[in-house]
Amino acid sequence: MFNWFMKFGFFVCIMMVCLFGFNVYAAEGELIGAGATFPQPLYSKMFDIYFQQSKIKINYQGIGSGGGINQLIKKTVDFAGTDAYMTEKELKEAGSSVLHIPTCLGAVVVTYNLPGNPKLKLTPDVISDIFLGKVKKWNDPKIQSINKDVKLPDLGITVVRRADGSGTTYIFSEYLTKVSKEWKEKMGTGKSLNWPEGFIGQKGNPGISGYIKQTQGAIGYVELLYALQNNMAFASIKNKSGNFIEPTPKTVSNAAKIKIPADTNVSLTDTDAKDGYPISSFTWLIFYKEQNYGGRTKQRAEALAKLLLWIVTDGQRYVEPLQYSPLPKEASDIAQKIVKSMTYNGKQILN
Amino acid sequence: MKTEKDASEKRFKNIILVSGLSVIFLLIAIFLTLTIASVPAIKTFGLGFFISKHWDPSLEKFGALPFLYGTLITSFLALIISIPFSIAISIFLGEYFKNGLLSTFLRSSTEVLAGIPSVIYGLWGLFLLMPVTRHIQTLLGLTPYGVGIFTASLILSIMIIPFSASIGREVVSLIPADLKEAAYSLGATRFEVIKNIIIPYARSGIIAGILLAFGRAIGETMAVTMLIGNSNFLPKSIFSPANTMASVIANEFAESTGIAASSLIYIGLVLFLVTTLVNIAGTYVIKKISLEASKEVT
Repeated sequence: MFNWFMKFGFFVCIMMVCLFGFNVYAAEGELIGAGATFPQPLYSKMFDIYFQQSKIKINYQGIGSGGGINQLIKKTVDFAGTDAYMTEKELKEAGSSVLHIPTCLGAVVVTYNLPGNPKLKLTPDVISDIFLGKVKKWNDPKIQSINKDVKLPDLGITVVRRADGSGTTYIFSEYLTKVSKEWKEKMGTGKSLNWPEGFIGQKGNPGISGYIKQTQGAIGYVELLYALQNNMAFASIKNKSGNFIEPTPKTVSNAAKIKIPADTNVSLTDTDAKDGYPISSFTWLIFYKEQNYGGRTKQRAEALAKLLLWIVTDGQRYVEPLQYSPLPKEASDIAQKIVKSMTYNGKQILN
Repeated sequence: MKTEKDASEKRFKNIILVSGLSVIFLLIAIFLTLTIASVPAIKTFGLGFFISKHWDPSLEKFGALPFLYGTLITSFLALIISIPFSIAISIFLGEYFKNGLLSTFLRSSTEVLAGIPSVIYGLWGLFLLMPVTRHIQTLLGLTPYGVGIFTASLILSIMIIPFSASIGREVVSLIPADLKEAAYSLGATRFEVIKNIIIPYARSGIIAGILLAFGRAIGETMAVTMLIGNSNFLPKSIFSPANTMASVIANEFAESTGIAASSLIYIGLVLFLVTTLVNIAGTYVIKKISLEASKEVT
């Protein structure tokens, strides 16, 4: 009996070593990805359809952009998802060249809860003032003067911000850093910031929207997708060209109608596009350019390249029904070119 | 035959020994991992980490005072709110209604309370306690945040009641019947029996339960995160939004790197040490009090 116990224990130990000690890739015909949670519902849908078409199973875990980049650098995944372009430092850590392809766009909206939930218009200055804690009342002349047709109540503004480190905060603060000098000096850009005292922190998009829904006078920022799904009120924002743009999947896609560099490393916040929503951003999939590493087979590399190509071409038709914003044609063309530049032993994988 | 039996005895003893030692090993391993991972933060901020009240991820300046303060104040408040209820429940279940439908129902209800996932408590707090707190704040003329230390302590107190109540009930029901009967025969009323026999006799158990509950309150993460407002400043009143050690780790760890991650682990190390200290203090108090109590009663 105890002998059996010991044998069993030994077996368990061996299993543990196998699971955690070595870099074990999953069975052929299954690709592994991890990273950004924002596009996860879209990826799940895409991967499900792709599985039905090609019998290739894809396992994507939403562990956050930072986690995704780490996993790719550690070479434990075939590809990763990230909401922010990799930094110089991360690219250096990765060793060999890492490629980025945009898969869709997301946007951050300024959402609020006011009696009757009127449609508001906001300018960059006012947004910055509110989120710096300088404008404290809803009927402040600064807000009222751009919303002449709305009767704003004499109500305190309760600002809600993300308590967890988040790509949403990053995009929002990147936008404000570009449009407000004061914001740039006091707050800067980051996944988590040193917010003024008296702001409420809540975890995740659900935390923010839950609090706003229950609090009259509250204002915060969430993903467009989240605001749409939860029927929350959000503001139209004045863009660089001076137009007030209501965030919709269409206007967010429009934000990418600018000259996109060959490596797609571009920030779309405060976009030059005339009818683009100014707080928009790409979300990317990242992977190694040279696919022969860590004992990967050519088959595996090919499967990955085909999947990536499908995502930026045929897969794009699943983007809009899920209320994400699809890539404009130019961005999709560049993404295709990038996928085709993938190599195995220095030889191009797809033609 | 005999030798084989001896061998199996020995093997059994070894297995038990290994299992026992592995607990100690785990404890040390956790401590070491936390210490090693927090070395960069310890080097940069040292002990000033606990006095500094600035938590600024953009400047990479970190101080843990607001979190330490938030954790202790929410846990103490929760404890104070919960004590009357948990003692009442222990006496009610252990003395007044030991058996019967009502007792079974109440007992299983408290047990179910202990088993509810904390995120459910958080949600319930958001929908029920938050409006209540907001109403109180409006009446008091404060900013009606709805979330903050007060709301978090309320939810914590509800969450920890089962822990102290179940141990308390256990101890109260174990009090020898002849002690109580002796008091009754001397003409004591039920209240006098509770006051002079039950509470002194069950004191160590009740305190053990309270300490266990305190340990639970210190470490509670999810429900508190949802209701405390996550503000990285020293709170000005019990209605201010604040933050705790456990919630700041839960909130920020996933997306932080370098010195920020190390500082969070440093907070984790402190949380680990604080809970260990509470436990050690608890064991000490229980030992001391149970000695005194046994002297008093006998």
